[in-house]
Amino acid sequence: MSTLRYAFFLGCIMPNRYPGLESSIRRVFKELGIELVDMKGASCCPAPGVARSFSFDAWLTLAARNLSIAEEMGLDVVTGCNGCYATLREVSHEYHAKERIREKVNSYLSQIGRSFNGKIQAKHVLEVLYFDIGVENLKKFIKKQLNLRAVVHYGCHLIKPSNKRPWMESVERPRFFDELVEVTGAKSVDVKDKYMCCGAGGGVRSGVIDVALDITREKIENAYASKADCIVNACSFCHLQFDLGQVEINKARNTSYSMPIIYYTQLLGLAMGFSPKELGLHQNFISVEPLLKKIGTA
Amino acid sequence: MTLTALAERPSPRKPITADQLDLKLPDELIVAGVERIRECIQCGTCTASCPSGRRTAYRTRLLMRKTLLGLKDDLLKSLDLWLCTTCYTCYERCPRKISTVDTIITLRNMASAKGFMIPRHKEISKQLIEKGHLVPINEANIKRRAELGLSELPPTVHSHPEALNEVKKLLQLTGFTKLVEG
Repeated sequence: MSTLRYAFFLGCIMPNRYPGLESSIRRVFKELGIELVDMKGASCCPAPGVARSFSFDAWLTLAARNLSIAEEMGLDVVTGCNGCYATLREVSHEYHAKERIREKVNSYLSQIGRSFNGKIQAKHVLEVLYFDIGVENLKKFIKKQLNLRAVVHYGCHLIKPSNKRPWMESVERPRFFDELVEVTGAKSVDVKDKYMCCGAGGGVRSGVIDVALDITREKIENAYASKADCIVNACSFCHLQFDLGQVEINKARNTSYSMPIIYYTQLLGLAMGFSPKELGLHQNFISVEPLLKKIGTA
Repeated sequence: MTLTALAERPSPRKPITADQLDLKLPDELIVAGVERIRECIQCGTCTASCPSGRRTAYRTRLLMRKTLLGLKDDLLKSLDLWLCTTCYTCYERCPRKISTVDTIITLRNMASAKGFMIPRHKEISKQLIEKGHLVPINEANIKRRAELGLSELPPTVHSHPEALNEVKKLLQLTGFTKLVEG
């Protein structure tokens, strides 16, 4: 296999709140032979829910600056956060689509000595695993079959808006993430409202947290009803909303939810033989011990 | 800001008078890129698909109707505008292929320009202006990074002050800083 190289875009929540996710991506990708190169001086993507809602220009320009760093490196970008993915992918899309936007953003960027020419793409971690490595290839790296029942949570911006995404599947019932999860031996369970939002996006978590957490509560309830051992996600913001969110719900409503939340490369990492500590699983707010016990790595 | 604030929205039963209408509003959205907004047939597929509308009085269809009527003032001051999680389910299902989410984002940009922002949104935006991250690093996570064998500070603007200056300058040039700090 020829060497795959990507510029690794971290965003905010992954390096600054859940570094275990970053660690799991770095370790798993290295094992798979994918080289990740740091993007020195990258900033917030910025978030498509909040920043874009306040100022479309600021959102476009900051995103184009981040993309310009990767363009300078001559590499496509990979990110493990659905929010960053939405911003970077859609801004690079706007670049190809609209000359007016290109000119405006480059006039801002020129004042800090930069430009972005739309020559690179932004990809999601799952996109690299699914298309560059492939499910069949991935199977060769599995050392341990995980006997788990998992709710697979795609997260909205991984698949939507579908006209700006690469999956070529029904947006109502995609399967690619389930396939990736089942590589590890885990069973993707049927669950009510599987494709519903985690509740955090669009500035709702920061702006109207009662509503955000009520959506999360419903998702957690549904996971319990499907007798799942965990919720698997592929987005640092969904991960935070499900993990920290349960603590917040328990406090606000006097409940005792404790559904383990696991990021995809953490799950894959376990199946590839990494230790839970290397993958940062002990850093979740909600303990993952029941899950580790079930697969025999506690 | 709690859910009870939602009860304070004006009653939809009150008659609408001509002086409340800004007839240019749909055109403003068309210029901003929501080309098909006038195709709305008020079918309500958007509302039926909405995770926020499932638990609050927020109705995407009502928001679309108010936009087409030109009830700009009512829309821009409303908390409803901020209940969309941008999950894009309505966007995917709209039988008239209207960019519902872009409608909401455009209205939010208009609201922000007029100073109608949720206080907490202003607070987190200040983090972006000062630190280059909406969610910046803290002591606890410096430790957690070290525990995992990662660099204590990520290789982002956190490790590169000159890069942070670039971000600050762009936020000023694009008017973001003024929007947040007034």
